[in-house]
Amino acid sequence: MSYNVNEKGYYGEFGGAFIPEMLYPNVETLRQQYLTIMEEPSFKEEFDQLLKDYVGRPSPLYFANRLSKKYNTKIYIKREDLNHTGAHKVNNTIGQILMAKRLGKKRIIAETGAGQHGVATATVCALMGMDCIVYMGEIDIARQAPNVARMKMLGAKVRPALSGSKTLKDATNEAIRDWINNPVDTHYIIGSAIGPHPYPDMVTRFQSVISEEIKWQLKEKEGKENPDYVIACLGGGSNAAGAFYHYLHEENVGLIAVEAAGKGINTGESAATSVLGKEGIIHGCKTLLMQTPDGQITEPYSISAGLDYPGVGPMHAHLYKSGRGEFISITDDEAMAAGLELTKLEGIIPAIESSHAFAVFEQRKFNPDDIVVINLSGRGDKDLQNYIDYFKL
Amino acid sequence: MNRIHQKLQEDRKLLSIYFTAGYPNLNDTVPIIQELEKNGVDLIEIGLPFSDPLADGPTIQESSTAALKNGMTTEILFNQIKDIRKTVSIPLILMGYFNPVFQYGVEAFCKKCSEIGIDGLILPDLPLNVYQEDYKAIFEKYGLINVFLITPQTNDERIRQIDDASNGFIYMVSSASTTGAKTGFGEEQTNYFNRIESMNLKNPQVVGFGISNSDTFNQATKKAKGAIIGSAFIKHLTKNGTTKIDEFVNKIRI
Repeated sequence: MSYNVNEKGYYGEFGGAFIPEMLYPNVETLRQQYLTIMEEPSFKEEFDQLLKDYVGRPSPLYFANRLSKKYNTKIYIKREDLNHTGAHKVNNTIGQILMAKRLGKKRIIAETGAGQHGVATATVCALMGMDCIVYMGEIDIARQAPNVARMKMLGAKVRPALSGSKTLKDATNEAIRDWINNPVDTHYIIGSAIGPHPYPDMVTRFQSVISEEIKWQLKEKEGKENPDYVIACLGGGSNAAGAFYHYLHEENVGLIAVEAAGKGINTGESAATSVLGKEGIIHGCKTLLMQTPDGQITEPYSISAGLDYPGVGPMHAHLYKSGRGEFISITDDEAMAAGLELTKLEGIIPAIESSHAFAVFEQRKFNPDDIVVINLSGRGDKDLQNYIDYFKL
Repeated sequence: MNRIHQKLQEDRKLLSIYFTAGYPNLNDTVPIIQELEKNGVDLIEIGLPFSDPLADGPTIQESSTAALKNGMTTEILFNQIKDIRKTVSIPLILMGYFNPVFQYGVEAFCKKCSEIGIDGLILPDLPLNVYQEDYKAIFEKYGLINVFLITPQTNDERIRQIDDASNGFIYMVSSASTTGAKTGFGEEQTNYFNRIESMNLKNPQVVGFGISNSDTFNQATKKAKGAIIGSAFIKHLTKNGTTKIDEFVNKIRI
């Protein structure tokens, strides 16, 4: 079975481009050109150079000694938190800003949940001297204040999304509406592995540098490219897509996607799409999403703004449906405890999104000789206030 | 013969009105339809509200949110209009986003529309290629006309494809915008209207987006067969409820 996108833009039964005609010219141009542009030697060179000198790649693959001892298995942490701007998101925004330039676009729009993608977009816009507008849910603006300030300092305009649940889903709606209203000069940098084809594939390819590096780094450290498991948290799915990408067809590598259960799967305040979702259309693709029996998209909940999304990318929907991926959901409380534990054991404060991935070790046993790579998608600076409030530090 | 085809043969410019079902009150649907027909509206688009209406501006978004809060569902809408053909004879089109239709089941949805006497569907986020591959046969089986959109950015080749796939009229979005975002037409629209006219399409065109009064209606229908008013009518409903619909309609066509 293939886990890559097919020529029609589908992963199994998921994906496609369910967009109104107003978006068709832009999405179609992108579809026709994205692979050609990405394969141009000058594009590759510029992309690789920026990832190295500007982002600081390769990000380390760190053997977590004390964490490994505690859970009696071999845990390697992929340090995407050490990237410039503090998360994996910048891998994709570097790629897409170079894409936008080659498509002749002058104005950049983006959606953001935790603010990491917004900051990464504002950063590359400052770098390239392009106008930047970031849509962010009003609730997320309140809970991720440091990132809002960073975006503003970087010269971006942060526009609040006031509709619906006032979180990532609604910010995405507003960004899409902006693109409908500004089809000629604007490129939409989607941050997650969602949206109409070719976005999920394009974002995944830009993020795939994560698993590309894991392969050679693990070879250096363990003498083999393949771990037994790769673990990543999953909202829309960009960091998981990047961490899984080069292992999708290595069937002996277990792929573990960790969703946010919020206050608990059955509390009505959750974002665990694989459990609560059903096939449908969201933000231009067919995938699994949380919805009413009547097809209205429901409002998710998670303590982590970056996982507070009612869908998963179509690649992940396919990994779930085909059984290739193992899906685990983690509550707010479990995630917060895991975040604090990582801080105490390894001296690393993770983003609350990434804390969800670390909570897997309490939920699931690994063998002592298993090699487990966990993707630490972002650092916790932006969440400091949330940690302080939660633990009354 | 489908009522839409009959209507398109009439020798006059057509006025089409959009409203969101379940707004301002849950049970306003049928009275609004009856009142619109009574006052000479040619065609009605009944909006099936959706939680995440991507192509709509604030006015229609807010009406959709309110309609959903009022309890509107696909099933309730079908029940409200199940006897509509006893009192209303103008063409009725359901307009909405694809996910609620997909969840209802596309075939079940089309069957129900056909039983009620709905003449066509407008589903902006159901793309042309998916329609043709997966759903065209179902629409045709139940005698439903699917209406596609074009915009000023749609190139001639794509317009020809859409014209070939259409069997009623083409919904000409007047400008690059969400609904209700812009009012009035400028040079871009004039060029666009002229370009479309010169293409001699087999399907007549009905212009939507940016039409709110008699001026814009007349401009839009100089070349096109008709025009659609949505956000301006929703604003009227917000202000007046279901009263004074006659005044609203009479001011458009003077």
